Amino acid sequence: MVGIVSYGSYIPRWRIKVEEIARVWGEDAEDIKSGLFIYSKSVPGPDEDTATISVEALRNAMNRKSVKDVGAVYVGSESHPYAVKPTSTIVAEAMGFTPEITAADYEFACKAGTAAMQSVMGMVESGMIKNGIAIGADTSQGAPGDALEYSAAAGGTAFIIGNDNTIADIKRTYSVTTDTPDFWRREGQDYPRHGGRFTGEPAYFRHVTSVAKKIMELMGTKPEDYTYAVFHQPNGKFPTRAARMLGFKESQIKQGLIVPYIGNTYSGSMITGLSAILDIAKPEDRILAVSFGSGAGSDGFHIEITKNMEDYRRENAKAVWKQIESGKYIDYAIYTKFKKKIKMGD
Amino acid sequence: MTIPRYWREFQHRYRLIGTKCPKCGRIYFPPREVCPYCHRESIGKMQKVEIKNTGKVYSYTVIHQDVPDFKFLKPYLFIIAEMDSGVKVSGQLVDVSPEDVRIGMPVRISFRRIREEDRAGIIEYGYKFIPDE
Repeated sequence: MVGIVSYGSYIPRWRIKVEEIARVWGEDAEDIKSGLFIYSKSVPGPDEDTATISVEALRNAMNRKSVKDVGAVYVGSESHPYAVKPTSTIVAEAMGFTPEITAADYEFACKAGTAAMQSVMGMVESGMIKNGIAIGADTSQGAPGDALEYSAAAGGTAFIIGNDNTIADIKRTYSVTTDTPDFWRREGQDYPRHGGRFTGEPAYFRHVTSVAKKIMELMGTKPEDYTYAVFHQPNGKFPTRAARMLGFKESQIKQGLIVPYIGNTYSGSMITGLSAILDIAKPEDRILAVSFGSGAGSDGFHIEITKNMEDYRRENAKAVWKQIESGKYIDYAIYTKFKKKIKMGD
Repeated sequence: MTIPRYWREFQHRYRLIGTKCPKCGRIYFPPREVCPYCHRESIGKMQKVEIKNTGKVYSYTVIHQDVPDFKFLKPYLFIIAEMDSGVKVSGQLVDVSPEDVRIGMPVRISFRRIREEDRAGIIEYGYKFIPDE
């Protein structure tokens, strides 16, 4: 059965606290923290981007299990380093997969990584390739002073997907897609815009909950049948509320809810939460995982951990929560330098 | 650096591919076409070898000079690392403050942006060191 053969995540080391951003913009940090359920976010170093994060995440996956026969590399992101020139070619070259491989970049706001997963699943199931790689990674942008600046973060996760020796079988995937203008960035613009409260009910909640409900209907399962659930995490409030609406308990979502400490890693968001769950999951555990990408759509996955997890070398790469804990805080001035928000002279 | 040169050096810049002399077993990084000990006996016989990505700080220096390509990283650390395979590799050490580095500190290779031609030019990637603790 098609599933995850190996996985790895990478979160940049730098962090900025909500208090520090609020101090600069004259806002009430306590209000923001309770409103968004975010305390800090990850910040990429000045020498990091989606390509470097993707390679580091994939190297972590390969350190856990070295997979030889790789036929595809797809990288999902909304912050590819080049407008024209694929990130996936850089990743494939850095991993030594070139030249006999197919590669492409995906873009679908925060769900480009799960779109890549579904493509690789299809290729594996059809027999076109033996194993393929799906990555979701971002160094997301929030306009200075905008609410997004508190959440737009950096990180990514890579999955090696195949039919043999899977540690987690993907028993079902299901998607919902509509044309919903909740969040966008026009060509040539530095920062995205969003529809404020419109990003909630008609966008995030409608797509996430309908996919979760349909997956449970297709699988004949109920919330209590899952050990863990993980939903896209634009902030801490949305996935917590979606879980409650669907009937999941806090104990089921706690392990995968990483956004309060590292912010929204966009294409890396839900899948890095899933990676945190895989860090501790045991054989026969069931996971419901639902992404969301503005624009808008959701991809859902019913995942079951296999016996192969017992011999899998998780310890060969740093666990997600360990990476979260090893962050180093910077102030807003260093943050603006790292994010290259300062206008430089020629 | 010209685009063709950058492209030619992908293997060692991206994946730490060095060369090994089949006669004496010495490993070289950056890769050498000829072993300086075995000379012509090694010509055309040098083998590609991927250097294991972990090691420790052998020596370091802190650079305060205003190098345009590394302005955003200043002051930055430049180290010689003794890799687990024995070969010494030089490069930047990032994600750590100069006051926290020490000789013998475990490090590993990380894939990073090295420089960009200019705002419209190509982005050059390669290896840097990060703490492995």
